[in-house]
Parts: sequence; C-alpha cells; structure tokens
Amino acid sequence: MFLIPCPYCGERDESEFSCAGEAHIDRPLDPDALTDEQWGDYLFHRKNPKGWHQEQWHHTAGCRRYFNMLRHTVSYEIKAVYKIGEPAPEIEQ
Amino acid sequence: MKKYSLLSLARNALSYHENWQQAWRSPDPKPAYDAVIIGGGGHGLASAYYLAKEHGMRNIAVLEKGWIGGGNTGRNTTIVRSNYLWDESANLYEKSMQLWEGLSQELNYNVMFSQRGVYNLGHNLQDLRDIHRRVNANHLNGIDGEFVTAEEIARRIPFINTSPDSRYPILGASFQPRGGTARHDAVAWGFARGADALGVDIIQNCEVTGIRRDGGKVVGLDTARGYIETPKVGVVVAGNSTTIADMAGFRMPVESHPLQAFVSEPIKPILDTVVMSNAVHGYISQSDKGDLVIGAGIDAYNGYGQRGGFQTIEHTMAAIMELFPIFSRVRMNRQWGGIVDTCPDACPIIGTTPVKGLYFNCGWGTGGFKATPGSGWVFAHTVANDQPHDLNAAFSLERFITGALIDEHGAAGVAH
Ligand SMILES: Cc1cc2nc3c(=O)[nH]c(=O)nc-3n(C[C@H](O)[C@H](O)[C@H](O)COP(=O)(O)OP(=O)(O)OC[C@H]3O[C@@H](n4cnc5c(N)ncnc54)[C@H](O)[C@@H]3O)c2cc1C
Ligand SMILES: [Zn+2]
Repeated sequence: MFLIPCPYCGERDESEFSCAGEAHIDRPLDPDALTDEQWGDYLFHRKNPKGWHQEQWHHTAGCRRYFNMLRHTVSYEIKAVYKIGEPAPEIEQ
Repeated sequence: MKKYSLLSLARNALSYHENWQQAWRSPDPKPAYDAVIIGGGGHGLASAYYLAKEHGMRNIAVLEKGWIGGGNTGRNTTIVRSNYLWDESANLYEKSMQLWEGLSQELNYNVMFSQRGVYNLGHNLQDLRDIHRRVNANHLNGIDGEFVTAEEIARRIPFINTSPDSRYPILGASFQPRGGTARHDAVAWGFARGADALGVDIIQNCEVTGIRRDGGKVVGLDTARGYIETPKVGVVVAGNSTTIADMAGFRMPVESHPLQAFVSEPIKPILDTVVMSNAVHGYISQSDKGDLVIGAGIDAYNGYGQRGGFQTIEHTMAAIMELFPIFSRVRMNRQWGGIVDTCPDACPIIGTTPVKGLYFNCGWGTGGFKATPGSGWVFAHTVANDQPHDLNAAFSLERFITGALIDEHGAAGVAH
C-alpha cells in the first residue's frame, strides 16, 4: 500500500485516494475544430510509460482535492507531489 | 513429434519415464523469418500454431523475453466462458469456446478443459434485468445460458450464502453450462509443442528491443539475441503493448494495470463450478489439486510491477467472505500479480496498425485467457492475409478514431 503525501493533508494511506489517470491532458478549447484522429487521441490514447509517470490523484476520503504525482510504474516509488497548475518536476527517465 | 498415448505412457513407464522426448526444441534464432510473433504467452503461441497449421507459414518464430507462459497466461484464474452481450464479442469468444471443446485432441495435449459451468451472480434488480437481457442475447447468438433463481443456486451450490439478510443478497444468476476452467500452463505448453512440431522456432530469453522500419514498413527486429530480419511482425505482449507501440512510433489506447490472484491451501472438494460476482466483485473456483482459486479487480493505478496493493487483497477477501462465509478460516497459500492491458471499451484490439507489416493483438485486459485459441486463430488469419477475419474486423485500432466502440464494459460485466 502506498503512503501518499497529499500536498494539503500530509501522508495518508493509499486507501483514502483514488487514482485519476494521466496528468496534464488539456481539454481541447475548440473540439469542433479537431479531426477525428485528434479527438480520438484526446479521448483514448494514453502514455502508459514503463518508468516515471505523471498522474492525477484524488484525495477522495480526505480533503477531496485533486493533485498531481510523479511516480515510477515499475518500482512504484513516489518522487514528488505537486498541486494542479504547478509545473511538473524534471526527471530523467 | 511423438504422439502422447496410453501406449507411449506404458512404454515410458518401463524406462522409468527418463526417455520422454523434449516437448519443443530450443533453437538459435535464424537471421531471417517470414513472420515473427513477439510474446510467448498463450495468445502468441496459439497465433504461431495457427499460422503454421492453417496458413502454411512454417518459417516463423516466437520471441519471448522470459519463459513461455510466464506472463498473464501462467498467472490467471483460468475462467472460460463465451456469454458476452454484443454480437461482435459473443461471436469472437464463442469461436474460442468451440476451439476449446476440441483443443486437447487437436493438440494431443491435455489442457484439462473442464466445462463445470460458470455462474454470474446478480445482487439487485438492475443486475437481474441485465442478466436476463444478456441470456436472451446469448440465445439469439446460439450460445448456451440460463437464468437461475436464488433458490436454485442454493440447491446447486451448497455453501453459498443466499440469505436474504446479507448485505448484498444473491437474487439470481446467469449460468453458462459450457463455461468452466482450463489448465493455464498446459495451454501454453500444448500450443508450443504443436507449433514446434510444425517447424515454428520458439526462442525464449529473447527480448525485442527495437522495431526497424523502412518507409513505414517493418523490416526487422532488434533483439537480445541480435538482429532478425522479417517483413511481418505480430505483437502479442499483453501489459507491455505500449512499450512495443512506442518502439514503432504510434500511440495506443491501452493502459497497464496490476491484477492479482490468490490460491488457498488445498482442501477437499467443496465447489464444483465457477462463481463470479461483479457487484461484490470477486470470483472463485476450486482447482483439481483442491486449492481455491480467487481473484477480483485491478489495482487502480498504472503499473508494470507484477504485484499489487494490500487494500486490493482485503477487498477481494471481503467479497469472497460475503459469498462463502464458510471459507473464512481457509488460509491463503500464494498471491501474485500479472500486468493486464486494459482498453477503454474493455474489448481487445486485433488487427493492422499504422506501420505496414506490424499487427497488434492486445487489450484483452482482465479476461483474455478464455479467448486464447480463438484469438490465435483470428490473429493468424490477420497476419497471413494482411487483413482481419470477419470475426475480428470490428476489433480494430481505428475504432478509437471512428468511435465504433464495442461497449462490453458493464454490458457483459466483464469480470473474467
Ligand atoms: C491475475 C489474473 C487473473 C486473470 N483471470 C482471468 C480469467 O479467469 N479468465 C480469463 O479469460 N482471463 C483472465 N486473465 C487475463 C488473461 O490472463 C490474459 O488476458 C491472457 O492470458 C493474455 O495472454 P497473452 O498471451 O496475450 O499474454 P501473456 O501471457 O502475458 O504473454 C505476453 C508475453 O509477452 C512477453 N513479452 C513482453 N514484452 C516482450 C518483448 N519486448 N519481447 C519479447 N517478449 C515480450 C511477456 O514476457 C509474456 O510472456 C487474468 C489475468 C490476470 C493477471
Ligand atoms: Zn488531502
């Protein structure tokens, strides 16, 4: 079980959180202007890296706020958490 | 290949079983093949078998980074059924079911396919409506199935908790009599032996590290055992699909998640069928060795570590306790995880890709074991003919652009 450092509440058990998938996916400002390929890419395609991953988490049973997390998908190490809107920390893959 | 038979068993008994021929060779890779399958799981080996058998492609190889069957094929809870809701998936899984029914004879290898039936439980009114709808849809597609009442469930499955006082009472179930289980390792080994006998090179400890292309077309593979030239590559790597797509330069709609399974200490026969529940989310059967085989849902985050989180274990056990309170004192023997490749519509991707000569068979997620023979059969057709078979045409990568998804999520309640 992960020990997740919520940027608002501090360290809590993973069971208080839900994972909300890949971070930094911008909703297209003008969906009508997109091709089917671009819209499909936005909706369905995901990075799914084997390595460091930027993902969104939700502190469902806590402050109920979203934040971002940099986590390794093989070792599961949590490198950093950062608030929505803050830049992602740099990392070498 | 020497046939396994009663006679060969007797003959080998005389020599203390020390002279059995090896089941498949371990050849060095050739510099070039007519086609290469990446991934020596059940699906990859079945694909190679049917490529050789049905399409006469004998100069082919299967490249496996570890040992064959060491991925999800050897880690799953082996539930086989074909009672899916939509026509596309029902037809695909039913093709597989029909191949299962003759597979031990076809391969001359006992895959221990046991049609002990599969129950999918309903716990509320909407579950029951969905079950009725699915059973009716199955009948229209010629697939066996029946609705079973709670009283009948209590009669057929002695220790299940059908008390109306439970938190999520069992109100009924769908039952597919032809469903059941099979021996997962035997499926990999049987297809490997069959493919090898037809001339397929099965090369283990051979990770693919790069896909060489020329003008949008596959020309060869970089591997742990050197460069291999080939015009056709079938990718069947389950949870590692994105890794290979990244090598080939296009994006995929799959995400990799850990999925856990558990077996208990062996106990005397107590459960002679397969019981699954989506609402409390757990499923259970008993293996021939006597251990209870248990599984549930994925760990919610992306992961490639073949293990899972503790809260998922707790959740799984809570579900099993809800269904079978009698198992509360059975101890678990082993626990492990596999990496499943989930798709947005919970259906597989089997077809061509933006790279010519490169074909993908993935996205089976939590439920592809049951499809092993059928998946190999349609994928072999796709690789050999450079176009899908009617049975897998709808399962294209393009559906994530056209929007023609096959929404089995929820509809069939795709537990395994
Ligand atoms: C715990 C668990 C329970 C499950 N329960 C069920 C069930 O009850 N019923 C059901 O129908 N399905 C079930 N499934 C799903 C099922 O196991 C899979 O859908 C199916 O086995 C996938 O088979 P495969 O051959 O495609 O993949 P795998 O068996 O995973 O084979 C893929 C192979 O590719 C190899 N590979 C990966 N990358 C490379 C590379 N770069 N180079 C070379 N080789 C590579 C891997 O080593 C692996 O051996 C379950 C899965 C899990 C994990
Ligand atoms: Zn919080």
